[in-house]
Amino acid sequence: MEHNHVHQASGTAFDLLLTLPFVLAVIVYLRMAVVSNHRCKRWPFYRYVCWILGVIFSAAVLIGPIAKLTHENFISHMVGHLFLGMLAPLLLVLAAPMTLLMRTLRVRSARRLSRVLKSFPVSIYCNPVVASILNIGGLWVLYTTELYSAMHHNLLLHIVVHIHIFIAGYLYTISILYIDPAPHRYGFIFRAVVLILSLAGHGILSKYIYAYPPLGVTTDQAEIGGMIMYYGGDLVEIILIFIFCQQWYKAARPRMTVSITQ
Amino acid sequence: MTTSHDARLNYLGRNLLSGCLLGLGFVAFIDEAIFHQILHWHHFYDKSTPNIGLVSDGIFHAFSWFSTISGAFLVSDLRRRNAWWPKRWIGGFLFGGGAFQLYDGTIQHKLMRIHQIRYNVEIAPYDWVWNIIATMMLLAGLILIFRTRREANVMEGTA
Repeated sequence: MEHNHVHQASGTAFDLLLTLPFVLAVIVYLRMAVVSNHRCKRWPFYRYVCWILGVIFSAAVLIGPIAKLTHENFISHMVGHLFLGMLAPLLLVLAAPMTLLMRTLRVRSARRLSRVLKSFPVSIYCNPVVASILNIGGLWVLYTTELYSAMHHNLLLHIVVHIHIFIAGYLYTISILYIDPAPHRYGFIFRAVVLILSLAGHGILSKYIYAYPPLGVTTDQAEIGGMIMYYGGDLVEIILIFIFCQQWYKAARPRMTVSITQ
Repeated sequence: MTTSHDARLNYLGRNLLSGCLLGLGFVAFIDEAIFHQILHWHHFYDKSTPNIGLVSDGIFHAFSWFSTISGAFLVSDLRRRNAWWPKRWIGGFLFGGGAFQLYDGTIQHKLMRIHQIRYNVEIAPYDWVWNIIATMMLLAGLILIFRTRREANVMEGTA
């Protein structure tokens, strides 16, 4: 009963309104790809797939029947958390939206955008350590304080927490995987260490939730939710690590030094 | 002229590292797949685990995925450079796997009490088998590592 407060406010009209940004995200991406295909090399098909799936996974957590379930049940909440904070950001990053945007913008706007990307505040947020703390630290705060139960009684807080989970997940992913233009780059070893420690922070939090259920969550649900976070997190982590290592493999390819005598 | 012979000598460390990483990943995988999931001997969380145990488990769990995948990419890298030295690599594999299993069997299971190998049984024989296998892997790995090191020195001396 106590978990229903937020959802009474949201009817079908509200749901439709919430759908709008997601539909727009897909339309704008497709439109940019069409423009880009006229000027540059064909935009790879897999990137469309990644973008659309990423938008669907984020939307599913926030709107409709699955979203409703995540309010009532900690297990569904955890599945939603994996989608919104890990899987969707990864898929969206793989779709390289910034590259696409740079290709479609007029030169002047693109230069302005690239100045913003190079700016000091952006470099702070894209630092792997800062992004990891925002991402994993944010989750620790959510599940080990009263924030989790407070979120279910306050619509605004609920929205802010979900936006934070998504943005922090996205920043974290772009701070580890350089697919879009990344002006402030860090070496593979440094990123690997941060990656391992942050994934460890995620795993430790899952077991902590298993052992000490967040306020308002039953022991049964906390145990299953913790295990879903642990093993579900593993699945996304494996993809992340694989792509990370593949990037190293490409960057470290042996360069042939052949001298040609004419 | 670069032969495959010389290439191996330039990547002694990478052969060792790649073996260690995959060995650790392999042992962690066996632990998770067989002892946690198939046999259900290990428990996800044992109520007696102190926080330091959770931290150690979390770090090794995250590291084991990373080491398996990065170890495999390192093998591909060595192969494309014609620098893969299986004997040294297996030395690293046994060393990494044995060291991790010994750490798991002594520090994590006994000192930190993350979980035991099996519950409701006389645990001592399990612990002995676990740690003796670990020590044997560790020693075999070390022998191979030192041997290949010596062979490499000889090759370098005659090259």
